[in-house]
Amino acid sequence: MIARLLAGAALAALTIGVMSAGPAMAQQGKLSGDTVKIGVLNDRSGLYADLGGEGSAIAARMAAEEFGNKILGKPIEIITADHQNKPDIGSNLARQWIDQDGVDAIVDVPNSGVALAVQEVTKEKKKIFLMEGPATSRLTGDACSPTGFHWAYDTRALAVGTGQAIVKEGGDSWFFITADYAFGHQLEADTSAEVKKAGGKIVGSVKAPLNTADFSSFLLQAQASGAKIVGLANAGGDTITSIKQSSEFGLTQSGQQKLAGLLIFLSDVHALGLQVAQDLVLTTGFYWDRDDETRAWSKKFFDRYGKMPTMVQAGSYSAVRHYLKAIEAAGTDDGLTVAAKMKEMPVNDMFAKNGTILPNGRMVHDMYLARVKKPSESKGAWDYYQILRTIPGKEAFATFEESGCKLPK
Amino acid sequence: MMGTIFGIPPQALFGQLLLGLINGSFYALLSLGLAVIFGMLNVINFAHGALYMMGAFVAWLLLNQLGIGYWWALLLAPLIVGAFGAVLEKTLLSRLYKLDHLYGLLLTFGLALIVEGAFRHQYGVSGQPYPIPAELSGGRNLGFMFLPNYRGWVVVASLIVCISTWIAIEKTKLGAYLRAATENPVLVQAFGINVPRMVTLTYAFGVALAGLAGVLAAPIYQVSPLMGSHLIIVVFAVVVIGGMGSILGAVLTGYGLGLLEGLTKVFYPEASNIVVFVIMAVVLMVKPAGLFGRER
Repeated sequence: MIARLLAGAALAALTIGVMSAGPAMAQQGKLSGDTVKIGVLNDRSGLYADLGGEGSAIAARMAAEEFGNKILGKPIEIITADHQNKPDIGSNLARQWIDQDGVDAIVDVPNSGVALAVQEVTKEKKKIFLMEGPATSRLTGDACSPTGFHWAYDTRALAVGTGQAIVKEGGDSWFFITADYAFGHQLEADTSAEVKKAGGKIVGSVKAPLNTADFSSFLLQAQASGAKIVGLANAGGDTITSIKQSSEFGLTQSGQQKLAGLLIFLSDVHALGLQVAQDLVLTTGFYWDRDDETRAWSKKFFDRYGKMPTMVQAGSYSAVRHYLKAIEAAGTDDGLTVAAKMKEMPVNDMFAKNGTILPNGRMVHDMYLARVKKPSESKGAWDYYQILRTIPGKEAFATFEESGCKLPK
Repeated sequence: MMGTIFGIPPQALFGQLLLGLINGSFYALLSLGLAVIFGMLNVINFAHGALYMMGAFVAWLLLNQLGIGYWWALLLAPLIVGAFGAVLEKTLLSRLYKLDHLYGLLLTFGLALIVEGAFRHQYGVSGQPYPIPAELSGGRNLGFMFLPNYRGWVVVASLIVCISTWIAIEKTKLGAYLRAATENPVLVQAFGINVPRMVTLTYAFGVALAGLAGVLAAPIYQVSPLMGSHLIIVVFAVVVIGGMGSILGAVLTGYGLGLLEGLTKVFYPEASNIVVFVIMAVVLMVKPAGLFGRER
């Protein structure tokens, strides 16, 4: 009986996911059936929906609108789907999009597990893959692809930014609470490496399942470890819950331990409120209130979405814009040709200044070390970060040689 | 040098057991409502998680829109959710009693998706913060762990509610009517008791319990549209292990599985979100009606 119920529930969830992929129209041919079709594939209903979700689709549309929704005289079409954080659903959707619907590029795909699966598909089909949501540095390392581009940030940049900064301030012993999948493992590994390089040591770690509702048990283990820093190698809803509950359990009140959120999005801080999130140190690829250009773009985004953009959403705009510029320059939407063109051209927009793209698809741009403001410092809604330091792109990201990518240079 | 139990210092183990008990409190409260509804109405209420989420959101809305604090919310939110449940039962569920269980299940599952979708559309998934009431903030050092006062309160509140519900159904006259009405509604109606209204009130009571659990949960978790769907599958497993419809079974299994899950988080954290289902599979093989259920 119950097995039937559960199977039914799973089936229903699956159907919803597939339905939201939109009407499938079979199109094939040159310039992919007279349109440039861009598919925004992300978590639209689960714990990562607020950091990307519909916001990434809006950002992609804003990029297309800059071209008048037309390129080389043909319309640009943007479609969306929900991968529900399941790699099998994600890669099936990608395959269907490319084979049947004539999709030319896939955008966003948060959740490293799903991104690794989709990268396999886009690599095989030679289609462009613009990654803003996923974090794992493997996407431009051993799992790199000639048509894959990693845009907004990665685990290595987070580790360099937050990890080094905290060790320098005396936080030299670490305990990790790690999301138990590809992303968490990689973030823990990259951060451990940076901590050790800076002279710190790792006391222990615990792997918490994705989407854990109660972190108190893991927080207690962290407390018992005696480490000075409790590193949260998780994201989205998991980070929010663990920060909220650590304040409940008095983790930081004793002054013995400090929390390090290794991947914190603006949407997380918004959800937690400054009272709970204050003084967290984090690394981000984008902050809306950085200069006039970012403010102007973010204002436009806000008017359409009702929220300020995260680095994932702002990155989606930047990546789609660069992709469209490359099609214009190359005069075709053939995957390999466009990919080569994208790597030739510098990235210059409100997101990145003089960004360069390495042969492995890593977009190298400045990252920012930020501190969450205290409620008393904030001038109002969305005034959340104080930028402590600009981390030059070359310092934040691995070089092509270091990355372990086996593509020809 | 202090001894250890399976390589874990006893202090740490006590701490984890206590945490397990706290989580078990939520399982018990939710599975209690499910068991009451299934036992009396024969409906598998898949909307339970959504109604739990609604309880938390009602508390949040009361606080942020009307300035009504936690203690009043503890009373008002279950009433509001219960009233919503009564409307659902009267207008929709009551039409399905003559049909197979699966229809009730599909209806409530659909309702859960609609309610969750509506809240998700309105509030996003990251959730809203709900502060711990001032009277219960802070915590005390128990020697083996730091226990937030609020979590202690959750255990006490859930125990009181579970025990009084069990007494009301098993030991009072009203409970006797209720049980009689499920055995033979026609006969009970012949004695002059309004059975349909009793059924409506029972459903309302069951979902009010979910609403209450939602208010209790609001300060601990983010008030998020997804909070119910996270929990509901586990709670169903709890009910199945305890025995569908068995009230005592649901409560005891709720606490017991909370403890077991807590232990798993110490010894093999990776398995902590599947351990309940492994136990469910084993129990169903050995005792298909659940630990406390009777074969029908």
